Amino acid sequence: MTDIASRGYTHPEVLVSTDWVEQHLNDPSVRLIESNEDTLLYSSGHIPGAVHVDWTSDLNDQIRRDYITREGFEALMSRIGATKDTTVVFYGDKNNWWACYAFWVFQLFGHTNAKVMDGGRVKWQKESRPLTRDVPTYAPTTYVAEDRSDKRHRAFREEVLQHVESKGQLVDVRSPEEYAGTRMHMPDYPNEGALRGGHIPGAKSIPWAKAINPDDGTFKTADELKKLYCEENQLKPNQPTIAYCRIGERSSHSWFALKYLLGFENVRNYDGSWTEWGNLVNVPIEK
Amino acid sequence: MPYPPKLQSVIDMFAMFDPHDRTNMLLSYSDQFREVPPEVASRPFDQSHQIPQCESDAYAWAMKQPDGTLKLHFAVENPSGVSARALAAILDKTLSGLPPEEIGQVDSSIVEKLFRQNISMGKGMGLMSMVEAVRSLARAAAQPDQSRR
Repeated sequence: MTDIASRGYTHPEVLVSTDWVEQHLNDPSVRLIESNEDTLLYSSGHIPGAVHVDWTSDLNDQIRRDYITREGFEALMSRIGATKDTTVVFYGDKNNWWACYAFWVFQLFGHTNAKVMDGGRVKWQKESRPLTRDVPTYAPTTYVAEDRSDKRHRAFREEVLQHVESKGQLVDVRSPEEYAGTRMHMPDYPNEGALRGGHIPGAKSIPWAKAINPDDGTFKTADELKKLYCEENQLKPNQPTIAYCRIGERSSHSWFALKYLLGFENVRNYDGSWTEWGNLVNVPIEK
Repeated sequence: MPYPPKLQSVIDMFAMFDPHDRTNMLLSYSDQFREVPPEVASRPFDQSHQIPQCESDAYAWAMKQPDGTLKLHFAVENPSGVSARALAAILDKTLSGLPPEEIGQVDSSIVEKLFRQNISMGKGMGLMSMVEAVRSLARAAAQPDQSRR
């Protein structure tokens, strides 16, 4: 894959290469964060110095369907020994799907000093770079976070409904079968409970994984992404855009690509996604 | 239907563990995983042995031994397939050496009993599919003239 700086991204600074990460393994200003779907993976071996942030136990509220509070985020940052000045670098399994999800949650708290390791865990492993089972410990920090600000990066159902009525841009990043309503869940995943199948009216079907190179999990170039999102699907970077999937995790990956790599000016992630929309009474659905 | 004794023993052991110890035990089994030997199968593996729905790209074989029992073999192509390797090692260590009829009775409920909080959304289906594949191979081996699958 080409050098990140030469790929034409609007914000290339949010991506770092595996080379960059290996060069910064002992940099105290950098905190590596592994976020996976598979809960065994971190324990089986991770990049030296990396901490584990679990999307369910660390990022989600444990009672409400919501994210952690400001206090929860402050406790998390303290646990991983991060300050406001720490550069957090996310990586993980499934082509950084969960890494982008964690990155997105961090943006709700305004920790903009954040990056994603291009290619994620699979690229690091394929390059035979070092892994360890040693779990690092860092001195707890005092992190004073800002209140969680959902408005910038997150869309709620009433906003999505207004967006639909005003013919706003929507991106459905699920599989084509889920989009068509012929399947209620991801291929090879259990059905997690939507009563109706289909998609939000007007949404374009652009499966999230089309943004990456399948061989090494790296993001495609800006020209390739523009072709996918802007030419083949006529999305306009200057128009408000909402991405969604099933619970907002796959769509955080697309949110990342649209916002940072293509420079979409106003893109939000609807984390209620299909598990909410497909269960709502009296909202419009297309098949 | 009770599980075969060795498998039941492992399930009982996992039931006593807290989440941290269960994770370590699963990793220990994953480390003990041994890939199918070349005298049984080599790459490219026969697609008929690929386990459907398993994102770890796993394969399974059940070889009939002279005494009529089965020896299970697995391959896991995904380097991140830690869970698949752990389950493969458990299935091999607890079911190999049993008659196919007995292996054919084992059902996929063992996955929840072994993995509990370590089942991620995508893994559960694939791991259960791995058990079902072993069950199918065992049932096929139990039929006459099915000495090798």
